[in-house]
Amino acid sequence: MLQIESWKRVLVWLVCFGGLLLALPNVFYTRVEQSNDARAAIEMKGETAELAAAAGQWPSWMPSSLVNLGLDLRGGAHLLAEVQVEDVYAARMEAMWPEIRNALRDERGTVGTIRKQPSPADEIRVKISQPEGMARALEVVRGLSRPIQTLTGAGASDIEVRGQGDEIVVTLSEAEKLATDDRTVRQSLEIVRRRIDEVGTREPTIQRQGADRILIQVPGIGSASELKEIIGTTAQLTFNPVVARGTDPEARADVGQKVVPSLDQQGVYYTLETVPVVTGEELVDAQPAFDQNGRPAVNFRFNTSGARKFGDYTRDNIGAPFAIVLDDEVISAPVIQSHIPGGSGIITGNFTVEESTNLAVLLRAGALPAGLEFLEERTIGPELGQDSIDAGKVATVVAFVAVLGFMWASYGLFGIFANIALIINVGLIFGLLSLIGGTLTLPGIAGIVLTVGMAVDANVLIFERIREELKTAKGPARAIELGYEKALSAILDANITTFITAVILFAMGSGPVRGFAITLGLGILTSVFTAIFVTRLLVVIWFERRRPKTIEV
Amino acid sequence: MRLKLVPNETSFDFFGRWKLWLGISALMVVIGFASFALQGLNFGIDFRGGTTIRTQSTQPIDVGVYRDAITPLGLGDVTITEVFDPTFGPDENVAMIRIQAQDEAEAVSAETIAAVEAALSAATADIQFVSVESVGPKVSGELIQTAILAVSLAILSVLVYIWLRFEWQFALGAVAALIHDVILTIGIFSELQIRFDLAIIAALLTIVGYSLNDTVVVFDRVRENLRKYKQMELKDLLNLSINETLSRTLMTSVTTLLALISLYVLGGDVIRGFVFAMIWGIVVGTYSSIFVASTILLWLGVKRDWSKPTNTTGNQFADIDA
Repeated sequence: MLQIESWKRVLVWLVCFGGLLLALPNVFYTRVEQSNDARAAIEMKGETAELAAAAGQWPSWMPSSLVNLGLDLRGGAHLLAEVQVEDVYAARMEAMWPEIRNALRDERGTVGTIRKQPSPADEIRVKISQPEGMARALEVVRGLSRPIQTLTGAGASDIEVRGQGDEIVVTLSEAEKLATDDRTVRQSLEIVRRRIDEVGTREPTIQRQGADRILIQVPGIGSASELKEIIGTTAQLTFNPVVARGTDPEARADVGQKVVPSLDQQGVYYTLETVPVVTGEELVDAQPAFDQNGRPAVNFRFNTSGARKFGDYTRDNIGAPFAIVLDDEVISAPVIQSHIPGGSGIITGNFTVEESTNLAVLLRAGALPAGLEFLEERTIGPELGQDSIDAGKVATVVAFVAVLGFMWASYGLFGIFANIALIINVGLIFGLLSLIGGTLTLPGIAGIVLTVGMAVDANVLIFERIREELKTAKGPARAIELGYEKALSAILDANITTFITAVILFAMGSGPVRGFAITLGLGILTSVFTAIFVTRLLVVIWFERRRPKTIEV
Repeated sequence: MRLKLVPNETSFDFFGRWKLWLGISALMVVIGFASFALQGLNFGIDFRGGTTIRTQSTQPIDVGVYRDAITPLGLGDVTITEVFDPTFGPDENVAMIRIQAQDEAEAVSAETIAAVEAALSAATADIQFVSVESVGPKVSGELIQTAILAVSLAILSVLVYIWLRFEWQFALGAVAALIHDVILTIGIFSELQIRFDLAIIAALLTIVGYSLNDTVVVFDRVRENLRKYKQMELKDLLNLSINETLSRTLMTSVTTLLALISLYVLGGDVIRGFVFAMIWGIVVGTYSSIFVASTILLWLGVKRDWSKPTNTTGNQFADIDA
């Protein structure tokens, strides 16, 4: 019969109340946002009167989670970058060469003299003068390999070595490539995060996507190109011995040497040893500074092993030039004046203050292990976002009023019950969105508006069913009960199928589309809840008080 | 006095000319498909790669000036359209510029965007670039695949769900209606050359969900009536079921359309295409759940020998395991 146990009633009201309470902060969006920011600042930097006043705008015992606004509503920049994982293979091979050379030298008796052959960047080719010693040479080089841990089991080693005529070919193994790729992407992600944090923008989203991609969303930043300046540079700093200086970009370079242009002197090229003395990875600190002539420069300091390498090299090469190379461009190539034992130094060049500050940030955060290629970039101006919010608000209110009016006109008192449920429903959507930290996007607003239209469906199904049951005249109480009972299977089937599509949309979609899937999915859950529990409770309470002999739906 | 969209008792004959309706639907599908095949969709940059720049200026927009500024850059196919919208203020003049993907690059080229912005700033004072979006050809290719996969997966999972909950004839009918709706929506987008981007895929899936919602409600009633009236002829039974649910079908369509129309008019031009797709889909979806899904059910016939007992109506989960 038309009875609902008290604990169920309490539970339904509690859920509604809780949901609305969670949704409440969104009504005072700016105020709560400022208060939250102030609280975070107090946590970080300690309390000031100003911050305390800002924090006090919203009582601390109230829920304070807000719905995140998507980039299309707030404005900001979105980048999808692909990590050029192959870059790392070359560096790995480069580092391998001295090891191979030393190992083979020890076997000079059997393999003869060795010579490195030109090859693609991701392999090493070594020619030996006594091919009959090949078996021994391969054995020696294979001895340099290290076992790697893989999910598929042990036994894999990091390099593959094969003989080809009188040449030894060394490449990274597939398993090692996979492991390297994964490490590269994770490092890149971490470094991108550090660089963005250094600049201090609010709530950036930095996520790995798929095998080798990074998704970066920064609200409030002016444009995607600004963002790219911060994260797009590899900032690979190396210190290389200089072989020659000239003006010919096609200058002859021996194996193990490369020709690199100068950063600020047009038409000047340096021939450098490829293997660096020290790299930026061994930096522990970098700060913007000024040199003795008062020009902007960057101070740096090495860690112990870097300091030792740097010290040894400067001691042994006094009078020789060496190059400070950033991303394959020579910043400067000073001549070593004296032994530099302390492991600290200064990079001078034609910098502006801004450039030196930026370079220091990049050096501190560390170099990206590999280059980034940008596959997708979007900039949304804050004005456009605000326009969309305003338009979305107006449209939602109008849609709401139209649907409320229509329901009332169609179902009278029952329509009003449905309308109360609808208002609770939208409140619950916002409450849930805040709770799970969901993001509201422009299509997401459309999803809410659509939910407003479709949420009444469950009620319509029930009310229509009650009307039908009333025709067979079993009395109002029985009709209402049967109405709810018989409509249930249609409601469940209809909503489960729609929910399936929302889930697929969420799984496959990205960005704004995913925002739509979230509001649509939440809307289905809340509308089924409100139709089955809230309106029913309202109808039952009304029925108990009035005990009408006849009802009109 | 209540507002009633349909009288209390209706007995429209929906299947008197069922072959005609099915024929019309089939013809529409063929036309939609042909339009898609011949004309193709006006893909947005999500699917084709390239760059769109949305500009705003207080001065009236002269497309010719914009074009003259950009042409010397030699960027290939460039489309410039002025955007009109009732929500814009008097000195808001908005234009959309679309530049095709530059073929040499997998990635998006920052120089191209900078060059276009510089050229436009030189040609027009106070021009602002309120949004700039660029998608490289690599990603756009993947987005197409994902979109096709998403729509197929949605239709497939629905097929399985309805098959489990009803009978295979119901599932086929529902899926035929879904494919009908999807093709007609793609058809109108290709016929009117409305921009087809990622959001439209979301709209397509919503249409799938909505149309299904409608179909399932009708089918649910058909199933109930099949148990109730064991001797009634299938055609009459389908007719009865549709008439019984007609009021609900129209009520829900009207409330949803009310909400969507307000969004269409007031929601701004950014999501207008998206909302248009949904409005169209709801009209088509309502039609198809009656004239395609049920008609196909009539055509295929249903197994009438329901061996399950029917006296379980008192239990609210009576239908779950049917």
